[in-house]
Formats: sequence, structure tokens, C-alpha cells
Amino acid sequence: MSTTSPLEKPAPVEKAGGAVATYLDQRLGSNKALGRNLGKVFPDHWSFMLGEIVLYSFIVILLTGVYLTLFFKPSMVEVVYDGSYVPLKGVMMSEAYASSLDISFDVRGGLLIRQMHHWAALIFVAAMVVHAFRVFFTGAYRKPRELNWILGVVLLTLALAAGFTGYSLPDDLLSGTGLQIIRGIIQAIPVVGTWLAFFIFGGEYPGTDIISRLYSAHILLVPGLILAIVTVHLMMVWVQKHTQYPGPGRTNTNVVGYPLMPVYMAKAGGFFFVVFGVIALISGLVTINPIWIFGPYTPDQVSAGTQPDWYIGWLDGALRLMPNWETVVAGYTISWNVLIPSVIIPGILFTLLALYPFIEAWVTGDKREHNLLERPRNAPVRTGIGVMAIVFYGILWIGGGNDIVAVAFDLSINSISWALRILLIVAPPIAFIITKRICLGLQRKDRDKLLHGYESGRVLRLPHGEFIEVHEPINVKEMAVITSKTDHAVLPAPQKTDTDGVRNPRYLVHSLRHRLSTFFYGDNVPKPSAAEIEHGQHHAAEQAAIEAPLHEYEDRDVIYNAHGGVLHHPGMPEINAEQIAEETRS
Amino acid sequence: MTVKFLAARRRNPAVAIALLLLALVVVGGAYSLASNAQPAVAAMGSQTQVEEGKKLYLEGCSSCHGLNAQGTKYGPTLIGVGAASVHFQVGTGRMPLAAPGAQAVAKPPAYNEDEVAKMAAYVATLAPGPAIPSAEQVDYADADVAKGGVLFRINCAQCHQAAGQGGALTQGKYAPSLMNATPTEIYEAMLTGPQNMPVFSDETLPVEEKKAIIAYVNELQQAPSPGGLSLGRLGPVVEGLFLWTAVFAALIAAAVWIGIKAR
Amino acid sequence: MSTDKDLLPVDPHNEPGHLPIADIPHTPRVTDTDPKAARRAERQVASMFLLSMVFVVLFVVAFVTIDKSAVVYIPVLGVVGASQIALGFTFGMAILLIGTGAIQWAKKLMPDVEVVQERHSMASTPKEDEEAKADYERGKEESGFARYTIIRRTLIGALALFPIPLVIMLRDLWQTPPGENPVELLSTTAWRDGLRIVPDTGETTGEFVKGIRPEDIPVGGLVSALPIDIMEIQKAEHNLNARGKAAIILVRMDPSEIRSQQGEGWDYQGILAYSKICTHVGCPIALYEHRTHHLLCPCHQSTFDLADSGDVIFGPAARRMPQLPIGVDEEGFLVAKSDFQQPVGPSFWERG
Repeated sequence: MSTTSPLEKPAPVEKAGGAVATYLDQRLGSNKALGRNLGKVFPDHWSFMLGEIVLYSFIVILLTGVYLTLFFKPSMVEVVYDGSYVPLKGVMMSEAYASSLDISFDVRGGLLIRQMHHWAALIFVAAMVVHAFRVFFTGAYRKPRELNWILGVVLLTLALAAGFTGYSLPDDLLSGTGLQIIRGIIQAIPVVGTWLAFFIFGGEYPGTDIISRLYSAHILLVPGLILAIVTVHLMMVWVQKHTQYPGPGRTNTNVVGYPLMPVYMAKAGGFFFVVFGVIALISGLVTINPIWIFGPYTPDQVSAGTQPDWYIGWLDGALRLMPNWETVVAGYTISWNVLIPSVIIPGILFTLLALYPFIEAWVTGDKREHNLLERPRNAPVRTGIGVMAIVFYGILWIGGGNDIVAVAFDLSINSISWALRILLIVAPPIAFIITKRICLGLQRKDRDKLLHGYESGRVLRLPHGEFIEVHEPINVKEMAVITSKTDHAVLPAPQKTDTDGVRNPRYLVHSLRHRLSTFFYGDNVPKPSAAEIEHGQHHAAEQAAIEAPLHEYEDRDVIYNAHGGVLHHPGMPEINAEQIAEETRS
Repeated sequence: MTVKFLAARRRNPAVAIALLLLALVVVGGAYSLASNAQPAVAAMGSQTQVEEGKKLYLEGCSSCHGLNAQGTKYGPTLIGVGAASVHFQVGTGRMPLAAPGAQAVAKPPAYNEDEVAKMAAYVATLAPGPAIPSAEQVDYADADVAKGGVLFRINCAQCHQAAGQGGALTQGKYAPSLMNATPTEIYEAMLTGPQNMPVFSDETLPVEEKKAIIAYVNELQQAPSPGGLSLGRLGPVVEGLFLWTAVFAALIAAAVWIGIKAR
Repeated sequence: MSTDKDLLPVDPHNEPGHLPIADIPHTPRVTDTDPKAARRAERQVASMFLLSMVFVVLFVVAFVTIDKSAVVYIPVLGVVGASQIALGFTFGMAILLIGTGAIQWAKKLMPDVEVVQERHSMASTPKEDEEAKADYERGKEESGFARYTIIRRTLIGALALFPIPLVIMLRDLWQTPPGENPVELLSTTAWRDGLRIVPDTGETTGEFVKGIRPEDIPVGGLVSALPIDIMEIQKAEHNLNARGKAAIILVRMDPSEIRSQQGEGWDYQGILAYSKICTHVGCPIALYEHRTHHLLCPCHQSTFDLADSGDVIFGPAARRMPQLPIGVDEEGFLVAKSDFQQPVGPSFWERG
């Protein structure tokens, strides 16, 4: 900033950089793109960093993953362990597990890298989920960004696949048990399940192929897809420009923020190192997946407290809570107890998730472009659905750890399972209703603020004896945020027949849309008109003006009444003085 | 910075190894002292010991287990359970029962080692049953830890969890953590099957194998945590909780810090 | 979809109640007004970068000097791997400090005045639209795609068929051994009449004990067991498949406590043999409570009552635990009397 001479000669590095830029430009015309994009504006908000956490943890995963591939051997050939971890010396195990132990104990820094890879993976999926919720709750998936939302859902699915294939690779007792469960799930798929399981595993369980097959999926197929889709995801953000929260000066047709060069370059670049650094620190200080404790996998051993990583935990919880339904039809078995929790429910949920922007647009009839984010309170049904999803996931995750909960809180797993079965059905709707009510309450409060100004909490007695609470006009920022609310008109109820008596052929569809749209926005508290707002703010300003002279007498003119309250008498200090004297006498 | 400071100070591997060796020697010594004290207990009780044991039994146990240890509706018979069972149940404080519940809870023992020995001697006279293991039987010094690990995963991990942290059973029952179990207690538990734990007889799980298992449990109790904070070794659910609380708090705090305008 | 247009609400920014946009407020920072503060910030940032370099040096030192098996006590963390902690901490700090330095630089010294850029509609202009359409029409015309029906249809056919080889080659993901099929494989195990039962001792050489005598198992006892020839099978097949199906548990209870069994006289003097593989999704289970005779799965908490034919009494499993009929041979060792009478492990479509 504080340069002493503005005409400094360019540093050698800068010169070289310039030469490279020129070289590239003459061959690719890259300076045109640079010129267009270096000044690109990005709005600033902490919640916009969540997506960056995803990207950066993915980069950490790629870096550490490459390192791990140098040492890991994806083979199920049985070997005798002869590394430096004594409690497993001489034990038969797969080469995959032995090489994972070598990474942990015989490669210097290997354990650090392994733990970084695993912690980064957990952070990757977690940040992705939180990012998705941010996008969901603020309505950022609305036109024109629906396609990017779908890409996000695909990425989430791929992230789960990446996580699970990686979890299974070390071939320890925990990961092997997870694979055994997956095998059971695949076998439960009607018609093709049995053959599918034999193809995937190369025969019976556990076979000798699955680790190397998962390996190629884990290091090539899945990350390749993620990389490609992430690139498109980011390009779309770039092209469509980032959404922004409402605020002073921010409209649907502009972007307010900082330019890429230099502020975002430094902030986003710096944040990459922060995420990388936090992952390295956590991985250096906190154990994750101590595979040496679990021992090598054999299909006839198991450990209590067997659970998957958190992002698969809800599916495991669903498997645990499901009642034991199974039907045999004409000699064929349908295992509802496995199919429903691990295939049907996730299938439905992910489909709904991907289609949500289109469902909402259809219900509300809203086909406009939205670049300004909607506050969660202004879309109570959407917010309620989001909270419902969180509660649903939370209950299933608790279910996935019900044995841990049972031991930690000295409860019976049977009672926990029953309680969770009931809660899973009852709690999400309750959460929905409560959330919707809270949102509507907040909307009412916003309306009050616009109509009457901000409640100062100070009571004032007017000359004619009336008591009022002083309302102050709300500030510019708040005004911009609150007035950003859009009033969504509910779709009109259709007529069965038109004026000419012709039957409306799409009556049922329109009627459904009408009802859904009423459900969605019908309860919304309407925003006051500009005149009403102006009147309200004007009124508040008047009140503040009445109160203003009082501030000049602040100390002298305050009357403390017997009950500890404070009374003011604007403009008549002599009366105040009398009253003070009276109070003092008595 | 403190952690770094300490790490730097203690980085010398020689010091670290010496410290670990010292710890091992101290703990091992304590164990050998403890197990050396056993023969007196293990030996068949003298007549006076049995007499005194019976007295203690009648005072403290007979209300549930019956005047002749034949069992009542409040407690099972003790005929044939052997001295090992008494030593385990009373020595770990599980008996006398504090309150009726899903299962007896370990707590500070109500009787001292001498009194426990007397009661064990008395119960042992009722009918033949497993004796308290001798010091030689629980001496795991030469046992194969790795073999013990394999046997632990075959026979114990399904209830006590791979790291010996314990786990849930049905209807509020649980397999306790093994982190504070002594070799004698582990041996006795395998031999007598306390509560709902099945019995692992010396025929199907010979003494050598029991010793190996004890050596492995000891390894689990003593082992350092190579990867850093161990998070209780409870598996992915706890790791997930740590992720959502500590790790995410750190990352969000950083994101918020970036977004806050400097003053 | 003409109806949709009619249903569209009006643009919010023309709606009543949307007030004119105010200017973006901005207050200068200390570093903008006080050169001393700016210099202090500059020093802060530089020292973070400097410290980062120091940590890299420390990392290299730690990598070279600390023995990989050394442990160290650190408060809160406990006794931990010295190399791991030192490497993780120095590496993490080195990286973190670059990040915090850069962000501090941006926050304190780079401009913090927000700027405004206009957005443009995503849709192309009508002119661009027309151009694209014209190009497409010209291409269609020149290629004759619309005219040469036969070329079009054969091309579509060819394109539809060419992925078939790619898919068909996946068939040998499992090279089905001659005469075998999945249903048969899932329905049989290594057990057969007269095959001796041995306890699983983790033995890998095949030098098993001779077997288990009934008197070796006390009432309340539990033994994880395998067929005596399991290691030979494993060596021949080079995998653990046989073990994954044949694993059983032996439990002994007072014969009077056995309420029912899956077959008449399948026990031997109160000793019962059950599969160790859960019928839900296949976790090995041996959480046997010898007083209640319940067998609990640690994965999904299915509970089976072994005193009552292994029936499901809780949890998601739909089928009872398969029981193996057992007896003793002439030498007095426990043997299987046949294979399992139903498939072990998770259900599958053709199971029936």
C-alpha cells in the first residue's frame, strides 16, 4: 500500500511472468480472458466459503491420495505380517492390510498422510453437505442455477461412493464388515441382485478381487468423475456469477463485492492454505481409523461397535431401525428389511433432492431469474423441509450409533431402537411445523419493523398523558435486507368450466398446483407497500424527534418513580424539577 | 504453542523410549507383585478361613443366595461356581449388588482381599468349581501377543469391542470395558462366565491361549496411541462427532474471520 | 404451457414496497488512516510467512532425527507417536501460516471498498439465437441428414449397438466355474456328514487340535468353530470363501432349557451348533448371552433366541439363524451330521 516511489522498476519475477503471459497470449489469446476475469467481482460472506472448503479438501485428498498409492498394495493375497507393529507380527493378513500397516508404522510421515487423507475425506463430504444446505436454505438453486444444483447432487453421490470405496480398501476388520454388509444389500436387490453380487465380488464373498476393483474405482473412476464435474460446477458459477445476500446497493441485476485480483486471490488462496493447514494439524494430533486395532479382516470375526463413517451412518441407522419384513412370492424372496432402508429410501431421497428446484418452481409458478438470495424466513416451507431433512438424518445417525449411545448413557439398545423408530416418523413433521411457525413469526416481526420502526424499549409519556414506546427508524442495511423480500402470489384456483361452459381438461393438475402453492406461500405475511413503509418510518422518525430534546436533559430530567421506572416529560423541565423534589421529599 | 514446545523438548527418542520402558517396568512390576500375592488366595483355604468365610457369607450374601448357597429367587445358587467366581464377583465390587438392574455393575469392592479370599474358600468347599488362577496361570510374560490378538478377535471382540472398550448387549446389558481389568480378573471371567458372558473352559481355550489373550488385553491397556489423541477408540461415530464439533468449528471460524471486515 | 405465463407473478423489483437502493456504506479501517498501523500489519503478515519457513525447517529436522517408533507424552493427547505428532504439527503450522498471512494481508492492506458489477441475462440475444439456428439449418441441409433416411436410420442403429461389446465383456467379472451357479454356491457350505468340528484358534498352518469333545464345553460355554479341513480348502481355493460360509458357534445349555430346535435331536446333550453369519446382511455374530440364550448382532442388533430354534426376537433380520445338526463320531469328537438344511447368511432373490 504505502509505496515510496510509484515508478519502481518491475521485479525480475514480474518481468519473467510478463514474458510468459505474452508468450501464452500470442499462442492462445489468453490475455483477453485474463483481462475479462481478473477484475471479476465476488460477493463476500462466510457461508460462501463452504464450497471452497469442499474444493480445497478435495485437493488435499488428491495430493495425499497420490502419496498413498505409492505405498499401498491393492491385493488380497494372504501374507504373513513382518512389519514393526508387534501385536500383529506373524499374523496372516491380506497384502492390502499389511501395506496399510506399513504406511502407518514403517513409512515416516505415512500415518500423517493416511490420517490427512481420511480426515480430509470426512471434511470433504461434511462441507459438501453444509454447502448444499446453505444453497438450499437461501434458494440459491433457483433459476438460472438448477443445473448446477443437479451437478451438486451428483457430486454428493460420487463423494459417498469415493468415501465408501476408500473406507473399504485397508481390508481391516471394520472395513471388511462394511463390505460384507454391502454384499448383503446387493444380494437383496430383486431379480438381478444375486448375479450382480457375484459379478462385483468376482464370485462368493469375500473372494480375492474386490479390493483391487474398489481400488480402481477409488483412485481412478470416481475421482476422475468428481474432478470433471467439479470443473463444470465451478465454470457455471463463474459464468452465472455468484449469488449474493440482500444488502444496501445489492440488486438482482448486479454483483457487489471484491475483485478477484487482488482481494479474492489472497483470501481464497489463503483459505486454501488454512483448510490444508487445519487438516494437517488435526491429522497430526488426532487419530482417525486406527486400523491396527481392528486387525486383519476374516469373514468370521467381528468387533462390537461396528459402524461406518458418518456420511454412511444414516444408511446403517436405517438398516438397524427397519422392521424385519420379508416376503416370499412364488418362490422368490423380497427382503424389504434390507431393500427399503438401503435402496428404496436413499433412492427416493436423492431423486427428490435432485428434482427439488423443479418441483418448487412448478409449485410456485416462479420462472424468474434469482440472483439475490432469499432469506430462509421468507420461504417457510422450504426452510421447514430443510430442517426436517436435518432431523431425519440426525435420528438415523443416532440409530447408526445406537450401541455407542446405549453404553455411553446406560440405556437399552432395544428401547433406543424403538424410541428412534417412533421419532423417525413423528419428529420430522413436528420439526417442520415448528420451523414454519418460527419463520412466519419472523416475517411478522419484519413487517412490524417496516411499519413501525425498531422497538427501542424506552417508554415515553406525552404531554397529554399518553404513554408510548419509542420506535426508531431502522437503518439502511436492515431496510435493504427486509425489503428484499418478494411477495409470491399464490396460483389462482382454477375453474372447473370456463365462461363458455367448456370443461377445463387440466382441472385436477391446476387444482393440485393451486393447493400446493397455497401451502408454500399462502401463509406468508405480505410486505407493506412503499407508502406504508415510508409512513411507518416517518412516524418512527417523529417519535424519535419527540424524544430527542429529552436527551439534552438526559440526567436532570429523568424522573424515577417509586417502582423503579423512568418517566420523561419532554419540553417541561420545570415540572420535572418539581416532581424530582417531590420524590426526594417522600 | 505449548504442545509444540513440549514436543520439541521431548523429541529426543532416547528420552521417550526410556520413559516408556520405565512405565512398562513399573506397571509390569506392580502386576507381578499383585500376582505374587495370589498363591495365598489360590491355595485351598484352611479350616479357620472357611469358618470365617462362612460367617461373612451369612452376613453379606445369604439374603439373596440362600443360607446354604442353594439360591433364591433373588440370586442364583453358588454351589459349584468355585472360588474364582467369588473372587471375580466380589473382588471387582460387582457383588454385593448395589441395586437391581440389567446387570451387576463394577464398583469399589466392599470387602478387602483377605475377606474375599475367605468367602472364596467357603464357597469352594460347597462343591468343586474353578479355583482362583495361580500366579503361574496368569503370567503372560512369555505369551505371544499377536496370537493373543487373533484369539481376542475370535472370542472377545464381538462383545468387548476390538480395542476392549466394551459394547452393548440386549435390554440394557453390556460387555464392560477391559481397560482396568487385571490378568486374574480376565482369567476368572473367561473361566466362570460372569453375568451373561459365556464360559471359555480350559479345554476349548487352553491356559496358553488364555495367557495370550491376557497379554493382548494388557497391550491394549498399555499401548500408546501412535496417531495422536485416541478419541476413546470407539470408532467412526465418535470420529464423526469430533468432525462436526471441533474440526468444523475451526473451519467455520476461519471462514467467518475472512468475511469480517477489518477495523 | 401458455397457462404458466398467465400464472407468473410480477417482478419483485417493480413491486410496491421495494424501496430505492441505498449506497453501499463504507468506513475506513485503521490501516487506511494510520501509517503506523499499516506498517504493523505489514510486519504481522511478513512474520507469519517467516514462521512458516521456520516450521518447514523444523519439519525436515523432525523427519530426519525422530525415530519412527519413538513415543512421547503430551498432555491432553496422552502417549502418542513422536514422529507423527512432530511432523503433523510442523507441517500443519507451516501451511496454516501461509494461509493466515495471505488473508491478513487481504483484510488489512488490500482495498476493502466493495465494487459493483452488472449482471447480464443468461439467455442469448435474438440475433445470436437466429445465427445459431441458421447454422444448424445449413448443416442439416448440407449433410442431407433429413433426406437420406436410410443413412440416418442405419447410423442410429450402429450407434445404439456399439456399446454392446463394452457391456458384454463385463460378463467375465466372475468366471463361473463349470457346473456351478450362484444359488448352488450360496446354498451349500463345507459341512457334511461326519466332518469333525474344531475350535477356531486362529491357526493358519492347518495344525488344528483333533476336535472338540462334548465334555470340553461346559454349560454356558461358547466356542467359535470351523470344519476340520478348512485350511486345506482355503489353500486349495486361495480365498476365505469357505470360512465365510462355514463359520459356526457351539453353545451349550441345560437340555431342559432348550424349548425348540430346527430339527429333532439336532443338538448333542444340550450342545447346539448355529451358523455364525447373520441372516440380515451377513455380519459374523457371536454375542451370546448365556443366561438369556440370546444372540445379538453387533452390526444391526438383530437378536436371535438360540434356545428357541434361533428365532428372531428383535431387530431387522427376517430369518432365524440356521442350525447345524451335530453328533459325535466313534472317537467321541463332535461332528456335523449334514450340511446346513437352509442357506446361511443374507437372503437373496432365488432363495425362496
